[in-house]
Amino acid sequence: MNFDVRNLGVINIGPIEIWITESIVVAWAIMALLIVFAIIVRVKLRNFKDIPTGFQNFVEIIVEAFEGLVIRSAGPKLAWIGGWFFTVFAFLMLSNMSGLILFIRPPTADWPVPLGLALITFLLIHFAGIRYRGWDYIKSFFEPIFIFFPVNVLGEISKPIALSFRLFGNVLGGMILVSLVYGLAPMVVQLFLPPVLHLYFDVFAGTLQAFIFTVLSLTFVGVAATHSSET
Amino acid sequence: MQNPLAFVMAIAYISAAIAVFNGFLTTIGQARIACAALEGIARQPEARGPLTTSMIISLAFAETGGIYGLVIALIVLFPNPILNQFYMYLV
Repeated sequence: MNFDVRNLGVINIGPIEIWITESIVVAWAIMALLIVFAIIVRVKLRNFKDIPTGFQNFVEIIVEAFEGLVIRSAGPKLAWIGGWFFTVFAFLMLSNMSGLILFIRPPTADWPVPLGLALITFLLIHFAGIRYRGWDYIKSFFEPIFIFFPVNVLGEISKPIALSFRLFGNVLGGMILVSLVYGLAPMVVQLFLPPVLHLYFDVFAGTLQAFIFTVLSLTFVGVAATHSSET
Repeated sequence: MQNPLAFVMAIAYISAAIAVFNGFLTTIGQARIACAALEGIARQPEARGPLTTSMIISLAFAETGGIYGLVIALIVLFPNPILNQFYMYLV
């Protein structure tokens, strides 16, 4: 059984080879889907009404729920960050669920995709820390005494790695288990077992892991931006 | 030893099993977190919302160790760097 990421083509730019893998194609398809949805929402809600009806109600419920989550886990002064993390949440949820379609490998089951998102979180952590705390944030690397500097730096580096491995391991484990059942189980078992596994690994665990990725990133950014004396 | 390749493969499978086995401790840790959260909710039912969110975040943290084990097991089974390194000597 082969669990490698399929390579669909190679683009040569001088000496550099760019591999168009399955993950890239699926990720771009999901992004296109999200962009089309966003444009539809924008066109339909060209003029917002004060008293929402129908579709506007639906959109407002989602946005307000997510904004509440951002304010609760990152703090009110970081509410502007919610737009990015809502995009991340929608992208991760759709890509985790894309395993429901036959023969499609979820893009999050390829380590570079979650690692890229986690590295953006890493940048946001330090940007928020330096913007809201300045010197105090840089000084926090030398606490309790300056010998602890390497340990603190290691802790910061391990954050994006742990964040990306958590998502990657969960999705890849689920994918391998489901494809093992498809490949090895007898025909009788295949009639009723795969739907249950898909429901658990793709829908439930996929949504949960996307949620956890978002909330953990928000918490990290919020902790970095808060003074230790405030809390 | 008839075939050194088979020996390396057997060691790889055993090490993958050992790596996955650390899910045992992860499960115990997650059970303790869930237990503590349930006690908190039973004592103070109105704090259910924030407690559930904190519990899910703590569960995700505790899960990291088990996921590392899973990733190591998958690396040992599929890309298998050790096998690739010794392949030229074995065959």
